[in-house]
Amino acid sequence: MTDAAADAPIPKPDAGDRARPERQEPLVAADGRPLKKSLQRSLRRQKLRAFGLVAPLLLFVLVTFIAPIADMLFRSVENQIVSETLPNTTAALVGWDASGEDLPDDAAFAALSYDLAAAVEQRAHTRLGSRLNYETTGISSAFRRSGRGIDDVGEIYLDQFVALDPVWEDSGFWARMIGAEGWAHPAPFAPSAQAQGLLPETAAAYTAFARAMQIRNDDDPAAEEPWAPVYLALQRDLSAADAGDVSAWTGPGAEQLEAAHAAVGGFESVPVRDLIADVDDAWLEHDVWATIKTFSPPYTPGYFLTSVDLKLSPEGAIVAQDDYQRIHVLLFQRTLFMSLVIMGCTILLGYPIAYLISNMPMRTANLLLILVLLPFWTSLLVRTSAWKVLLQQQGVINDTLVWIGLVADDARLTMINNQFGTIVAMTHILLPFMILPLYSVMKTIPPSYVRAAKSLGATNWTAFWRVYFPQSVPGIGAGCILVFILSIGYYITPELVGGTTGTFISNRIAFHISSSLNWGLAAALGTILLVVVLVLYWLYDRIVGIDNVSLG
Amino acid sequence: MALDAGNRKTDFVVFDRVQKSYDGETLVVKDLNLDIAQGEFLTMLGPSGSGKTTCLMMLAGFETATHGDIRLDGKPINNIPPHKRGIGMVFQNYALFPHMTVQENLAFPLEVRKIGKDEREAKVRRALEMVQMQDFGVRRPAQLSGGQQQRIALARALVFEPELVLMDEPLGALDKQLRERMQFEITRLAHQIGITVVYVTHDQTEALTMSDRVAVFNDGKIQQLAEPDVLYEKPENSFVAQFIGENNTLTGTVQEINGTVATVRLDDGEIIDCTPVNVSRPGERTQVSIRPERVEYNRDRLSPDAHTIHAEVLEFIYMGDIFRTRLRVAGNEDFVIKTRNAPDQRRLQRGETIEIGWLPEDCRALDA
Ligand SMILES: Nc1ncnc2c1ncn2[C@@H]1O[C@H](COP(=O)(O)OP(=O)(O)OP(=O)(O)O)[C@@H](O)[C@H]1O
Ligand SMILES: [Mg+2]
Repeated sequence: MTDAAADAPIPKPDAGDRARPERQEPLVAADGRPLKKSLQRSLRRQKLRAFGLVAPLLLFVLVTFIAPIADMLFRSVENQIVSETLPNTTAALVGWDASGEDLPDDAAFAALSYDLAAAVEQRAHTRLGSRLNYETTGISSAFRRSGRGIDDVGEIYLDQFVALDPVWEDSGFWARMIGAEGWAHPAPFAPSAQAQGLLPETAAAYTAFARAMQIRNDDDPAAEEPWAPVYLALQRDLSAADAGDVSAWTGPGAEQLEAAHAAVGGFESVPVRDLIADVDDAWLEHDVWATIKTFSPPYTPGYFLTSVDLKLSPEGAIVAQDDYQRIHVLLFQRTLFMSLVIMGCTILLGYPIAYLISNMPMRTANLLLILVLLPFWTSLLVRTSAWKVLLQQQGVINDTLVWIGLVADDARLTMINNQFGTIVAMTHILLPFMILPLYSVMKTIPPSYVRAAKSLGATNWTAFWRVYFPQSVPGIGAGCILVFILSIGYYITPELVGGTTGTFISNRIAFHISSSLNWGLAAALGTILLVVVLVLYWLYDRIVGIDNVSLG
Repeated sequence: MALDAGNRKTDFVVFDRVQKSYDGETLVVKDLNLDIAQGEFLTMLGPSGSGKTTCLMMLAGFETATHGDIRLDGKPINNIPPHKRGIGMVFQNYALFPHMTVQENLAFPLEVRKIGKDEREAKVRRALEMVQMQDFGVRRPAQLSGGQQQRIALARALVFEPELVLMDEPLGALDKQLRERMQFEITRLAHQIGITVVYVTHDQTEALTMSDRVAVFNDGKIQQLAEPDVLYEKPENSFVAQFIGENNTLTGTVQEINGTVATVRLDDGEIIDCTPVNVSRPGERTQVSIRPERVEYNRDRLSPDAHTIHAEVLEFIYMGDIFRTRLRVAGNEDFVIKTRNAPDQRRLQRGETIEIGWLPEDCRALDA
């Protein structure tokens, strides 16, 4: 007689009949509908109600948790600032090959003046400057300096057009000529199809001007004189147009245009390039243009490359970051390494403590657990600062060592503002996160296992190592995951006691968020950190198995 | 060292005036004296909290005796750590190591004894065969049913061939049928291998069916140590009488003791003859104990020297093989009798007044 036989299911007499695949009429409910449908209907109502109950929570989680992460992921690649601020320039650069030696053509220079004038009006040029400065240092000053002179570009043509006919100074005339039929101020300015066809640059430049006026001050463009670059555009368009097309112009400004077209050939003119170079000669540098071109797409891998100490060269190739900016890989390595060390320290310290507490009588155990949790009752800052007091060169520990004579007064140990300080302080702070899961797992290991092992002849050590320890591994796993993930993203303590050698990648992230305002890079670093954690979690699952994690 | 006829040591395990206190205020085990012979199956039986586990733990070495000696095979073991005592143990929850397979569980005691691989495997195989579980070696304990785990626990306690095996309520978690089967298997194995077993239970049927001798515990003391039949038929005090089997109690006062007969005046004035057990002088209060199956109401079966008494039927339950009748006898409304369902047996009606009788030998005057 074995249990296998006893446990085997006794075949029921009708089991065979039921298993036979007999085609049967579908079962129907009392009202004649198919039973399956009725069941689904009744279940759906339940599900809907259940969903209704959790919906607010779901929404909350979505808004507060998923949304920020999605936003971070988006920010880490988002790069619309270039194409938004310099729409005409990026369009003009499409055909230009950044890897060559040549500067872009005049159209790009002219377009830059239209875009920059509008950007300056909206104070957007410095922002763009600092964005591009992440990629090529020095660009931001070109933008800043250009801010002062850009609306003078084309003044020479302004004067000549006005001398030809003062109507070119009339702001209402401009709006009527370029604007689409029926446009009036509060609506966003739109050029007419005719203007876009015959005078493409003028239409673009005037639209940039008009929109800037509307957005910036809510001014009616029809009441404002266009800025000089618009006249540059007009000069370029009229020089390029032929007489037949110009005479075909209907609507406001027909004769003025014809007159101007006839006169523009005799205008005194200066190459566009020189006009822009007068504003800032950085614009004659190939790299500046190449950077704009490389970063003109709306999405860029640039932040991620920077995060791993690479960059896109102005020509668009992936190259190593400049030496003095190479910091992130080192920081990632250090963060991972120190988190591992901290994790190891918390295991070493936490395991015996948890073991001790779990083998205590209930009353003492509760008291000790409160002591373990006690640090949570004091502010993190206070705890960290306490370590400063203890570890600094004039601190308690050094004083004691000097007093005992173990350390000479002039050779006091540096234990703070370096990796050692960070590890000590963080181990202390994260210890409860190791002890608690360990304790709750150990609490569930019945003492009879160790007793059984001993009764079978195992020494204390063998009983512990072969029987007790393997059963506490899930607790170690849970503690490790908690401590490691917490420490990999820890910020305050490394900031306070880490000095320069003990800071983490999160300190860099914080720096980019609050000081350098390079949110894209902060987002990319954060994303990488997230990916690293997920990969490690996956590895852990492969090696140890996530089922082997237990919080009790 | 004392040897009996079969050349077995009769004092293989000795508790010598053992006392145990956990808190220094109350004695959990009070003055325990117990000799266990080699190859004997001894059961400790008693209500919850009576100190059975404590005794077992002291023997296994997980608790130390507060006072007194425990000797194993003549050697005092108070100072020997548990892993050197070589005592097999089966725990109530089996304590199979959950992270090891059945084979690894069984190999564990052999590994720690540094037994070579081949021998180890052979022994594990033999142990598995012994409990008829040879097909389950690669399973984890969690993949076994309760009864299967039980057998593995048993095999593990036996695999390193200890001379003494302790079992603490090993069948407590099993259902009735499986329990009975395992009771049988454990006794079979124990006798087959010839080991000494100290078995703890609070199930009296288990104790009676399995053991050579039973020690009834109460309040940290052995109330009676005897073979199962003696325990049942000749309880030495009212605790044992109540605890083992079903029992009817009538209270009264001893009027006189005359050799093997004591005359007791029951509280309602009826006078009956009893066997005195632990009453010694007239005037003493006593509880008279009578087993339900020793009471007869069928006049034809009643022996001539039986003592008869009137009783009123309060309840009659048909149980198939037996009839169970609750009566009011001498003011006691819980007087139960059991009669065999025989063709000539009359079924009683509630409210009927009948005459019942028993032999003075079956009626024991115990302490009050
Ligand atoms: N570790 C301990 N500390 C303090 N008191 C204990 C301890 N273990 C047992 N006791 C007490 O000792 C007494 C006897 O306990 P023991 O476990 O021996 O009873 P038992 O006869 O095995 O009961 P059960 O049938 O319920 O298992 C009980 O009153 C119990 O409360
Ligand atoms: Mg017990």
